Amino acid sequence: MIKKSFLLILFCAFINVAHAQVIHQERSLYRNILVEDKGDLRCLKFNVKSTKTQQSCFLKSNPKQLVFNYTKLLMTSLLVIPQPKRILIIGLGGGTMSNTLTELFPQSQIDNVEIDPAVIKVARNYFGFFENDNVKTYNQDGRIFIKRALLKKQQYDWIILDAFNGDYIPEHLMTKEFLQETKSLLSDEGVLSANTFSLSKLYAHESATYKAIFGHFYQVRNQANANRIIIVKQNGSQTNTLNKKNIKQLNKKLQPYGVDIFSLYEDISFTEKEQSWPDDTRILTDQFSPVNLLNTQ
Amino acid sequence: MGIELLGGRILAPFFGSSVHIWGSIITVFMLSLSLGYLFGGKLSTRSASLTVYGAIFIISAFALLPIALSSQWLMELIFLSIEDTRYGSLLASMTLFFIPTVVLGMLSPYSVRLLVKSSNESGQVAGKLYFVSTLGSALGTIITSFYLVLWFDVNSIIFGFTTALASLGLLTILISKIKKSYQVE
Repeated sequence: MIKKSFLLILFCAFINVAHAQVIHQERSLYRNILVEDKGDLRCLKFNVKSTKTQQSCFLKSNPKQLVFNYTKLLMTSLLVIPQPKRILIIGLGGGTMSNTLTELFPQSQIDNVEIDPAVIKVARNYFGFFENDNVKTYNQDGRIFIKRALLKKQQYDWIILDAFNGDYIPEHLMTKEFLQETKSLLSDEGVLSANTFSLSKLYAHESATYKAIFGHFYQVRNQANANRIIIVKQNGSQTNTLNKKNIKQLNKKLQPYGVDIFSLYEDISFTEKEQSWPDDTRILTDQFSPVNLLNTQ
Repeated sequence: MGIELLGGRILAPFFGSSVHIWGSIITVFMLSLSLGYLFGGKLSTRSASLTVYGAIFIISAFALLPIALSSQWLMELIFLSIEDTRYGSLLASMTLFFIPTVVLGMLSPYSVRLLVKSSNESGQVAGKLYFVSTLGSALGTIITSFYLVLWFDVNSIIFGFTTALASLGLLTILISKIKKSYQVE
């Protein structure tokens, strides 16, 4: 299924190259933003016109369909937290995650945090990102939002960290102190899912940092992609916490979005069983986080 | 420049990494450098000596220490009292970087005073000084951002800078003492 949809995207990209059309372009405080139409596919891109910099895509004929592999991978978190009531999304992109989760859990409260006001505007105007009383957007740095939310004694059941792109990683969103703050913001059964990298030297440092704060964690990835999803629980993960009871129900629920949860289940691994980085890896702290330098090595 | 670069890293946990953080840091550095030049020039008119020059180095080293030692609680306090990260980061960079940068800024005009022997060569001396100090800034920037942050904690880098400044100060004072004792003989 994943391979198929991946091929589909490749195919679409291929046949539509000639018709690729930039429908919106602007220079924000942080980057160049491009909205590009390729036939049925509309994509949000940062900085340059290569497929590497795609941030978010959707099919205009079928907006429900999750186009990106990583958004599907993120959905596996629902095996750990089946009914999130309060959701925090850091990094808006096209607002795909927010829209999907609003449909899945109309009663849940969803807070989106995005540093770049231009991205929020583009999501609203070109990607059908919608907000209501339950779905709100805050134009703020993710770390500051979390610090302020802690002061207000707020809590979230599911925090989705999706603030990294290939070009630049906010270094203060990867440190031990940040993870500690995020952990305090999670409810007792709360879950943090991070969309992040699985290549470069950063992999080991990031993994060691998550382990230092949360203990061993779930990791979801499939070869076709350099993304990995880290899933951690506030109260620590155990191998058997994956809730396979509801998998059938969940699969049914996610089918309209093009997510095959049975196949994704096979891509989940637990780091206690196969830890893939050295034990003495230096963890990232506010004092030491040369994240972007490590990502090039 | 090395310190300025670390400034972004130091402020980020409390004030984020929005563009205005860099606005705050650069504003404070420029403001304090300008005042430092003014004070340094003024100070150089009163019996300028190598000993005073060395003392400025040592004072700047001490002025940098709070960046490593007290930044956490200072930033926490500012974070709690000011919600707008623009003014929060401005006040935080003011608190942390103003004094050390003023003191460091004083060194430039004071150096001119010590090196200029005649008004004829003053332009050349000033030119050389600008050359050395700006080149030093360039090196400090690239070494800090490319390598130092990859190897060390932010605090260790700051302690490195303070040690270097304090040693230079002591060396300068030592040289001035030796010179004086020669003159006595």
